[in-house]
Amino acid sequence: MSLELAEVKKIAHLAAIAVEPEELEALGAKLSNILDLFAQLSQADTQGVEPMAHPLDQTQRLREDLVAEVDQRDKFQAIAPATENGLYLVPKVIE
Amino acid sequence: MYQYSIKQLSDALQTKQVSSVELTQYFLTRMKNLDLQVNSFITQTPELALQMAAQADEALAAGSAHPLTGIPMAHKDIFCTDGVRTSCGSKMLDNFVAPYDAHVVTQFKNCHMPILGKTNMDEFAMGSSSESSYYGPTKNPWDLNAVPGGSSGGSAAAVAAGLVPFTTGTDTGGSIRQPAAFCGISGIKPTYGAVSRFGMISYASSFDQGGPMAMSAQDCAWLLNAMVGFDQRDSTSMQLAPTDYTAQLDKSLKGLKVGVPAEYFGEGLDPQVAASVKQAIAEIEKLGAEVVEVSLPNQKLAVVAYYVLAPAEASSNLSRYDGVRFGYRCDAPNNLNDLYTRSRAEGFGGEVKRRIMVGAYALSAGYYDAYYLKAQKVRRLVRDDFSRAFESCDVILGPVAPTVAFNIGEKTDDPVSMYLADLYTIPVNLAGLPAMSIPAGFVNQRPVGLHLIGPYFSEAKLLNVAHQYQQVTNWHQQRPEWVGDK
Repeated sequence: MSLELAEVKKIAHLAAIAVEPEELEALGAKLSNILDLFAQLSQADTQGVEPMAHPLDQTQRLREDLVAEVDQRDKFQAIAPATENGLYLVPKVIE
Repeated sequence: MYQYSIKQLSDALQTKQVSSVELTQYFLTRMKNLDLQVNSFITQTPELALQMAAQADEALAAGSAHPLTGIPMAHKDIFCTDGVRTSCGSKMLDNFVAPYDAHVVTQFKNCHMPILGKTNMDEFAMGSSSESSYYGPTKNPWDLNAVPGGSSGGSAAAVAAGLVPFTTGTDTGGSIRQPAAFCGISGIKPTYGAVSRFGMISYASSFDQGGPMAMSAQDCAWLLNAMVGFDQRDSTSMQLAPTDYTAQLDKSLKGLKVGVPAEYFGEGLDPQVAASVKQAIAEIEKLGAEVVEVSLPNQKLAVVAYYVLAPAEASSNLSRYDGVRFGYRCDAPNNLNDLYTRSRAEGFGGEVKRRIMVGAYALSAGYYDAYYLKAQKVRRLVRDDFSRAFESCDVILGPVAPTVAFNIGEKTDDPVSMYLADLYTIPVNLAGLPAMSIPAGFVNQRPVGLHLIGPYFSEAKLLNVAHQYQQVTNWHQQRPEWVGDK
């Protein structure tokens, strides 16, 4: 399977990763090789087999509906690239 | 002293033959002298180590110390350590100083074990060679031209070179066992859910599992005692009764049924590796075990299922790295979308970007059923193969990897060939079983690993078999000549 450049661009968009135009072809070739590997899955007879999401088929454990965390906002924001008045700063998106 | 076992170090500390500060200083000197060649550490923390060693000495003097108190160690850089850089081998987290400790880190801190530093690894644990780290490749101490395996290659190499008595590692598709095999040390991946994943940077959450990497099965047993346990902060943590993993080490192997899958010795396995593994199985037979043939017919598709499912989980887990709240942020972004996409493009390395893209693709509309759902069904087939096999045997034995350590650069341009290096380890992660690698010989002066796989929660049995084998062989005690007393 050989991915078209438009498909490679679409995949990069889904992954939210910028790709330079000159990288697209090489990236497409590597992704195509990986998708060729995936094609082998069609060989498996999975008729009637339940999908398995958790190795031990466990369900989510529940806990008491109580506050267990303490406020550590200042500590967590100390490692942020940019903050102001307790908020994370991002570039302007609305003109 | 770098050749001492955890038990010997513990005895020396408890009987005051050596202090924790002296022991820590000794390993810090080795790390300083030898790691320039190996590159097994991303961050060295000598001040923290000596401060923790002084506290350990106080606990030892008070007479209330834990058996592991005072023994130096290092964490794979995937475990968050409060106040210490936790990079996960990535430029994305190069500036990330974790604001809290992982559960595993807390467990060992409670035992007063000095932390020498954080070990090198494949970026975000994605890799089988430890070449994809932002901090440069780690070298295999047995041959500096060879890879140490991955992703816990820094942890394995640091132990093999005698820079630290033990390290932590994580195993998503074989990342404890394959580097342990390539570096000639012992490493165990516990049953999924046995060791808390809290504070362990997520790659593929339904596979990731932490475990110890050390010189022997006996050392691993001591360390597992401190690592395993319920943690309410990890929603997949299992509530188990406390187990002493050292208790069964001396049990005889008489009557043990050992399963050997025919599929493990087929095409692709290096004949010399096969010969070493068969020799090891014969040794275990001599100890009283009975060999039975078992079949794991769906093994071949396990690699394919893994490389759909793990990237799918990774694409979701790694969506948190967007340059907003922590980690790398690109320069002068034009707008919010540019900030996201360029921070991720510049912060992640090639393999990580490929896996995120593959994962996003596998989960996208139109491909979900053909890839993701189909892979989840294959996952169950692989698990069911093991369940059937364990009806006729107690432990499965085989190779860890199809070859010994390959050369640095040999597979970097061919991701698919790198993926196939995990052929024997991945099925275990799909099933969530416990498994370990122990040294079983050499091919061309590079170590070979023996793979032991057991039913759920059979860690004590695996350690028993491995320890008994290590009582009659000395592969696990061998060290590369050049790392001698420095």
